[in-house]
Amino acid sequence: MTARFQITHAGPYVSVQDGGRPKLMRFGVPASGAMDRLALQAANLALGNPAPAAGIEVSLGGLALTCTEGAVTLAVAGGGFIVEADAKHGSWVVLTVQAGQRLIIRPGPWGSWAYLCFAGALQTGHWLGAAATHALSGFGGGKLAAGGSLEIHDPRVNQALNGPIPCPIFARPRANLRVTLGPQDRFFTAETLHDLLSSRFALTTAYDRMGVRLSGPALHPAAPLNMPSEPITRGSVQVAGDGVATVLLADHQTTGGYPKIATALDCDLDSFTQLRPRDAVTFQAVAPAQAIALARAHAAAQRAYLLALMRPR
Amino acid sequence: MTQPAFRPVAEHGVLVEFADAINDAAYAHVRHLDAMLAAHGFPGFVESIPAYVNILVEFDPLLTDHAAVIQALHGLLALKPAPAATTTPREVLVCYDADFAPDLPEVAKACGLTEEEAIAAHLAGDYAVFLYGFAPGYAYLGGVPPALHLPRKAAAVRGIAAGSVIIAGAQCLVTTLTMPTGWWIIGRSPTQILRPDPAHPFLFDVGDRVKFRRISRREFEARQ
Repeated sequence: MTARFQITHAGPYVSVQDGGRPKLMRFGVPASGAMDRLALQAANLALGNPAPAAGIEVSLGGLALTCTEGAVTLAVAGGGFIVEADAKHGSWVVLTVQAGQRLIIRPGPWGSWAYLCFAGALQTGHWLGAAATHALSGFGGGKLAAGGSLEIHDPRVNQALNGPIPCPIFARPRANLRVTLGPQDRFFTAETLHDLLSSRFALTTAYDRMGVRLSGPALHPAAPLNMPSEPITRGSVQVAGDGVATVLLADHQTTGGYPKIATALDCDLDSFTQLRPRDAVTFQAVAPAQAIALARAHAAAQRAYLLALMRPR
Repeated sequence: MTQPAFRPVAEHGVLVEFADAINDAAYAHVRHLDAMLAAHGFPGFVESIPAYVNILVEFDPLLTDHAAVIQALHGLLALKPAPAATTTPREVLVCYDADFAPDLPEVAKACGLTEEEAIAAHLAGDYAVFLYGFAPGYAYLGGVPPALHLPRKAAAVRGIAAGSVIIAGAQCLVTTLTMPTGWWIIGRSPTQILRPDPAHPFLFDVGDRVKFRRISRREFEARQ
């Protein structure tokens, strides 16, 4: 059995994503995977799929599909998108779609990324063991484009799953990003570090899977920019020579020669990515031990939420 | 050895830094710690990313914390280096035909060489993989002979084909993606650095020695 969808519209950055390909940064390969990893896991678990299974990451550009064959139960989670099928829904919903029906996912009141997962096996390319699409190379499952199609093998129809998925508070956009300072905070004056931690910044439209450039006070490095290239992580707050800060995200380059004034906690990044261009963001410094405590508390809350999704609703 | 700096990176990393500027001793420490991590690891170790003067050590914050990791790293740094294994240099093929090497005339001129002398100098280099960086499979090779050292161009050129052999300063790189670059393009290689073999998806390991071998246009095309 197969369910098939025709892609009638796909905005920029709509791509196949999954749990990512970790542990390859030493080869220049970032982990990639969903920008909002929690939302992808929620959509999958609501269907009984493995949490990191491949789905479609939908950007603010939106996605429109027509089911041309078969029927399948599917889930949309992440952001406050609008989902149109049999009726109009918000994201955080499980629906069943059958041949002849349209499925439209478009931006709603909040959020930058939504995840469409299917009860069944989405047919997709893999690279280095993962379906996650690496934006720069296109390696992995790939970007979606109008005229293309999606195929789901062994689709399951389970009307009993239809209905809302609870949206936890920690899936909402996070406008206060907790960071540890550095590793190159020493290249900035005390005044500049104070500016970082006391000013409002905003996301700009220079926002893609590699990172998001911020607007706000210039954070000029005090030291000359001649540091050797060094590793970058998801969450690095890198400052270019013009004093503009960029938060590196899922498809970040793995090394760079610009100083990192701070590094955002990974446990804050899923919800940070749900901010939109022009939304405000502030930075709050935490000590390393505090960062560990926050990560553990977040992991426990997330685990409890995801486990509850796996129980019959 | 002077104590490296241990810099916390969010809730999941420690950057171990041996120097501020590139030097052989700092890089040797990076390689040593990377080897010790690969051989022994520590509870909660996730991955290590070596660079020129520092190495990022990633860990699972649910299993350990910065203080415990730094303590484990002190132990690994104190271990004696294993004797260096003798390895066969990896061979990378390169065709220097004019349309593959748009910058070769300018490189030769800037270095006071003929084009053939510039090619001979490039082939004579004894290269080593210092690190992967930037993008998948971008292996930074140190070892360009001093006679060919040039600063990078003032501005990047867009759309440089995958497989381009590019140089800047002491570094050489074989690109894996079509990308902009401000480095000098002196040839094209059919050697795949990203490989279809899932067990060995990358041609090089960090630390591998590399030699370039010149091939003709015919051989280049046969290997495409």
